[in-house]
Amino acid sequence: MDLTEFAEEVGAAGPVTIAGLATRGGPVDGVRTVMAPTGIEAFTPDEMTVRCGAGTPMEELDDALARHGQAVVIPPTGTVGGALAVGRSGLRRLGYGPMRDALLQARFVNAAGELVTAGGPTVKNVSGFDLCRLLVGSWGTLGFLAEVLLRTRPLSAFEQWFTSTADPDQLLRSLYRPTSVLWDGSHAWILLEGHRDDVLAQAAEHDLTPADPPAELPTGGRWSMPPSELASLVGRDGRFVAEMGVGIVHHERPAPAPTVDASIVELHRRIKARFDPTGRLNPGVDVLARS
Amino acid sequence: MSSLTDDLIAVLGRDRVHDGVAHRSLYRKDASNMEGATSVVCLPRTTDEVRACVESANRHGVPFVARGSGTGLAGGAVPLDGEVVISLSRMTDIVSVDPVNRRAWVQPGVLNLDLSNQLQHLGVHFAPDPSSQQTCSIGGNVANNSGGPHCLAEGVTNAHVLAVKVVLPDGSVTVLGGDDPEPVGYDLRGVFVGSEGMLGIATEVCVKLTQNYPAVRTMLMDFADVSDGAATVSGIIAAGMVPAAIEMMDQLCLEAVEAYIHAGLPVESAAALLVEVVGLPHELEHQVERIVAIAHEHRVNDVRVAQDEAERQLLWKGRKSAFGAIANIEPDYYLHDTVVPRSKLPDVLEQIYEIARRHELQVLNVFHAGDGNLHPLLVYDARIPGTIERVHAAGREIVEASVAAGGALSGEHGIGLEKRDYMHLMFSDVDLAAQNALRCAFDPEMRANPGKVLPSPSSCAEINAIPKPEGAWI
Ligand SMILES: Cc1cc2nc3c(=O)[nH]c(=O)nc-3n(C[C@H](O)[C@H](O)[C@H](O)COP(=O)(O)OP(=O)(O)OC[C@H]3O[C@@H](n4cnc5c(N)ncnc54)[C@H](O)[C@@H]3O)c2cc1C
Repeated sequence: MDLTEFAEEVGAAGPVTIAGLATRGGPVDGVRTVMAPTGIEAFTPDEMTVRCGAGTPMEELDDALARHGQAVVIPPTGTVGGALAVGRSGLRRLGYGPMRDALLQARFVNAAGELVTAGGPTVKNVSGFDLCRLLVGSWGTLGFLAEVLLRTRPLSAFEQWFTSTADPDQLLRSLYRPTSVLWDGSHAWILLEGHRDDVLAQAAEHDLTPADPPAELPTGGRWSMPPSELASLVGRDGRFVAEMGVGIVHHERPAPAPTVDASIVELHRRIKARFDPTGRLNPGVDVLARS
Repeated sequence: MSSLTDDLIAVLGRDRVHDGVAHRSLYRKDASNMEGATSVVCLPRTTDEVRACVESANRHGVPFVARGSGTGLAGGAVPLDGEVVISLSRMTDIVSVDPVNRRAWVQPGVLNLDLSNQLQHLGVHFAPDPSSQQTCSIGGNVANNSGGPHCLAEGVTNAHVLAVKVVLPDGSVTVLGGDDPEPVGYDLRGVFVGSEGMLGIATEVCVKLTQNYPAVRTMLMDFADVSDGAATVSGIIAAGMVPAAIEMMDQLCLEAVEAYIHAGLPVESAAALLVEVVGLPHELEHQVERIVAIAHEHRVNDVRVAQDEAERQLLWKGRKSAFGAIANIEPDYYLHDTVVPRSKLPDVLEQIYEIARRHELQVLNVFHAGDGNLHPLLVYDARIPGTIERVHAAGREIVEASVAAGGALSGEHGIGLEKRDYMHLMFSDVDLAAQNALRCAFDPEMRANPGKVLPSPSSCAEINAIPKPEGAWI
């Protein structure tokens, strides 16, 4: 399906919802459903960019990139567009940065059924307001992603998980750019990447023991906390694994309800009113209620 | 009713409100060659004072322009028509630092290099390093989403801003983004960064701090042919390496800089690359070896490796003093900023030389080759009649050539006034309506830095990004 057909399918009137592979909750029930175009259009390893339909499964994208020793900073499940619309980074955010930075350019279908281009075609660009930032994490409430241009990154030569009982703050202070430091209140898991000899040297210097990553993460709630407050989780109810230096907590208990400032609520209302005045895109989805 | 100046004086006191000729003439321009007019300049010290300034301006129906250090090159801080200039230059505190999680809350008037210098004892720095880093402010960096040589691997300002406390155009104060990783709702932090003062005024910024490098290797490589240098850049990236920086200087630039700083630069060569690799020792050695091999595949003349920190500083000084050096060639310069895909560098550079030749202008190229961010520098003497016109005509052609090659209007200087009327080269009316929709959601009265970036209609009421269809389902 080409982008114009997709835009026509979204149309200009009536409620409509978009489906990926339903790994993150799926489309809105009882509403006409569309699916974004799929397939990789152009992968240019020497630009470190890839252009693909937003409906492309992450697995397909990851496979194609890995063949050239590259990857994108997007968690590996569902579709590209679904992952971007939800906007949640994976466990390697400490080292790779948040996944929102991977989106360079987006073509999306707005509430009037028109194709809109946001961002720019190059790895660096500051031309105008960057609507890509607004789309990542917008849960399809402002427009439906049709096609995206993503920044890729090189896969490292070597990676290894380790474990340690050292104070995780101490590890954060002294390790050089770990990709991930997880902590459950007593044990830390550390992912190091790079040249094998550097990884092993850092591990030896910090007394790290090779280990598997934590077998499974608690799924009761996904908490978002200032990382300086993570130590306060200890001794409270419920098992957790925290992403140190980042502030995501995978917790047995549901996340506490966030408090949202009145000015922020008002900005959300105005943005939604400007981008989707009749509320037809993913009706009923409230981005401020998500947690 | 009291005058706007009286209201501002009531808030800030007489010594931080200026409506005299000297101040008004100083603040009517930035580092571009554009200028406008301001009615009054104020210098708040706190978020509350910024809010009071914005509220006063609103009460009098006068728009306002935020200003950092005024080093912007696109006219972003130029007041067009009597706007109040709100200078953040007195807000220079580092409010708090979290050395473990590597972040700090800072006021917007903190200078870019001061921030890194003041935190050096913690083994961290602020990664974006514009060439203007000794004088530009963090607030200006945020507003322009600024970049620098070391943004190749580390990313531009947006990747280093976690939250921004802002005074919105209606005078309310809030925090966009947060010290936590997934604040609920839209990424308003993300759209504020790079919004060129049009979505509100940043009064405190939570910046991410970057761990200093355990080891650094800096190399200067020169080539007889510009395209060999450019092919080396693509070759490095294609091999899966993202060095900390890859900068390029062409021959005219090498000559000018060498005459200025005497660093032993290869002035006979068509182009030189300055490549910096950082990290842990094994990875670093491995990358240096491969990069040198790639350069040899592309007929490098010589690879000069900085032997110590002093030599490294000297090579970087060569790169960063290009602007000072050109003053020896001609009295005036116009610095452009566009981006092209890396693989198009040789092609577009060739076009730039041709455009300059045709307009009888000298052009020097000194730029961020690693991310395809060109900085053609046209040098000229404005006193010669007709020159300015040729400079502008050549500039327009350079921008057009870059966009036609699949590039972007600006890589780091922003759109401001300079490129506002070029936005159509890159965006359709529908695209621009969507950008305007965002702007109008933040600033329905168009009070914040009006007339910049978007070739806009006169009011937000005219902007209808999404026409409501007849009999639409609501
Ligand atoms: C010699 C030279 C070299 C340069 N090199 C580079 C370079 O390598 N990379 C690069 O990216 N840029 C470069 N620049 C451009 C410029 O230095 C940057 O854009 C810088 O970030 C601007 O900061 P400033 O404090 O001077 O902002 P100003 O020029 O004062 O303002 C720039 C814009 O930001 C807005 N603004 C300022 N403060 C705030 C605030 N607190 N809240 C909201 N809006 C605000 C203004 O309204 C304006 O639109 C260079 C400039 C010069 C003169």
